[in-house]
Amino acid sequence: MNLHEFQARELFRDAGMPVPRGRVAITPGEAGAIAADMGGAAVVKAQVHSGGRGKAGGVKLAGTPEEAEAHARAILGMTIRGLTVHKVLLVPVENIASERYVGILVDRAVQAPLFMVSREGGVDIEEVAATNPSAINRLRVDPRFGLLPHQAYRLGSALFDAPSLARQCATVLSQLYQVFMKNGASLCEVNPLIATAAGEVKAIDAKVTIEENELFRRPALESLRDLDAEPNAETHARAAGLSFVKLDGNVGCCVNGAGLAMATMDLVKYYGGDPANFLDIGGSSSPDKVVAALEIITADPNVQVILFNIFGGITRCDDVARGIVEATRRADIRAPILIRLTGTNEAEARDILAAEGFSAFTSMDDVVRAAVERAAA
Amino acid sequence: MSIFVDESTRVVVQGITGRDGSFHTARMIEYGTRVVAGVTPGKGGRVVEGPGGARVPVFDTMNEAVAESGANASAIYVPPPFAASAIMEAAESGVEFVVCITEGVPVLDMTRAYAFVADHGARLLGPNCPGVISPGKATVGIISGDIVTPGPVGVVSRSGTLTYEAVGQLTGAGIGQTTCVGIGGDPIIGTTFIDCLKAFAEDGETRAVVMIGEIGGTDEQEAAEYAGRSLDLPVVGFIAGQTAPPGRRMGHAGAIISGSSGTAEEKIRAFRENGIGVARRPIDIVHLTREALR
Repeated sequence: MNLHEFQARELFRDAGMPVPRGRVAITPGEAGAIAADMGGAAVVKAQVHSGGRGKAGGVKLAGTPEEAEAHARAILGMTIRGLTVHKVLLVPVENIASERYVGILVDRAVQAPLFMVSREGGVDIEEVAATNPSAINRLRVDPRFGLLPHQAYRLGSALFDAPSLARQCATVLSQLYQVFMKNGASLCEVNPLIATAAGEVKAIDAKVTIEENELFRRPALESLRDLDAEPNAETHARAAGLSFVKLDGNVGCCVNGAGLAMATMDLVKYYGGDPANFLDIGGSSSPDKVVAALEIITADPNVQVILFNIFGGITRCDDVARGIVEATRRADIRAPILIRLTGTNEAEARDILAAEGFSAFTSMDDVVRAAVERAAA
Repeated sequence: MSIFVDESTRVVVQGITGRDGSFHTARMIEYGTRVVAGVTPGKGGRVVEGPGGARVPVFDTMNEAVAESGANASAIYVPPPFAASAIMEAAESGVEFVVCITEGVPVLDMTRAYAFVADHGARLLGPNCPGVISPGKATVGIISGDIVTPGPVGVVSRSGTLTYEAVGQLTGAGIGQTTCVGIGGDPIIGTTFIDCLKAFAEDGETRAVVMIGEIGGTDEQEAAEYAGRSLDLPVVGFIAGQTAPPGRRMGHAGAIISGSSGTAEEKIRAFRENGIGVARRPIDIVHLTREALR
């Protein structure tokens, strides 16, 4: 789950990190008033779950409240990488002497939290990693001991020459590690971490991604989820316990298991079709989940055909069949439903479907080919 | 032969009295797996009855269960909040092989459990995995015996149902397996593709390996390089998620393209560069495996 910058900044401030206070506006007028409160000048920043905000024109320096209002008018409602901006954050203007990058993530290769820091701050870190990998310092943290003080100082010294700045930076890194662990994050990033002309280290940007598997024991963080930033269907799917990602095609897919769901989408593409979604109904699927899945798929007006691909294991084919029958009784589903099922309780499932006039394929290849043909017709 | 589990494996089930634990205990016993003990804290002294008159004693702790039963492997079906602790308890009890089926284990918990298991010298499979089956010998986890048959092919996969799909097609085509391993879809997992390739190489009877990967991370790329450099077995590869958009988690916690890294293209390229035949459709896995066995 991605947090907005203004939310991430609050987590950073709670941990004692030097983050200048900002305020959020949802109208240009509010933005102007906030800038006036701040003494006139402010940086106006789009709040959207996407990198590259600066390049897209989503971050602007305002010298006066009128300018802040004008910038907010331009930024609010703009689209950055497909996402609409609904809020702007106003923060004080800083006198920047140098910019650095600091980040921590769960690294799969080292199976532990990994710090990545670089003197190349304020730019896209992926680009630095690709073009100048030696400019990035890495440190694997043993999660049983945490970030040790000498390790924090070593990273701080790698980023700043002046001992005072290195020490301040080391403190920031320790605080960042606390934020990371306390909130169950998969990524915490400050880009840039700056030194001001007055010799202060400050975090003037904030990015935090919360690991979904950590949310159950941090219910307060769930309330930070921005439901405007995701399609309604994904919100509904999560409530129903389904894993769903909206795509642009017209073949609605309903599959058990994430790997098989991806392979099904790929096969749709292979045969010249386009999947409308990723949808995993999960392992122990009840008929209710199948009904919810069909509601979500049919709510997408692009969907021309609905494709079920079920390999029963823990998932019982008869549960899926009951769900399909129930959903078609509740609502008039226009799109044809093509079903493949095999595995646990397959025979019962076929009987249930046959009684309602459905037939079912046994092969994944056959059902996908048939679905693509129907979608194109 | 087979890898990781066989007829001599003695399994203790952690979470044996739970819904999933009891269900799969019965399935494992039915398949012939030696389930010698169960653990549920607070329920020690009970007996879980299984098919064929099996009686599995339940203990409060792993230490007791292992001491009493001589178990050398564990299968974990406990809910996510307690899974990492169950993994560490298993490693501490001295079992050599720990299979964690649980989906949704907090990743930061796993970073600690991973280090703990490594210190105790145990092998962890998973979490968020279907487990492992050696056809005709034993199944530890949730893979159904109905879809496998003994034979010369090793199968290793990050996914559950996609593994069933591939194995079911192999079996349907008359191509049997030595062992099928699901390594799990999480970012932090115990046993990796490379570990499985090495084990299959040391297994005298495996003549080809099917490796089923998906988007996210670099485990497949590293395994491909290892295979190209030092594996004597032919490998058939498949990667799921060619149509997945970047930055979105596709069900599995680990199935996400981060920036430009972890894409299906990148993995397929690594496979090809290292002499691994790539199946574009699941059905092609069968064709390529048949060729590899020639």
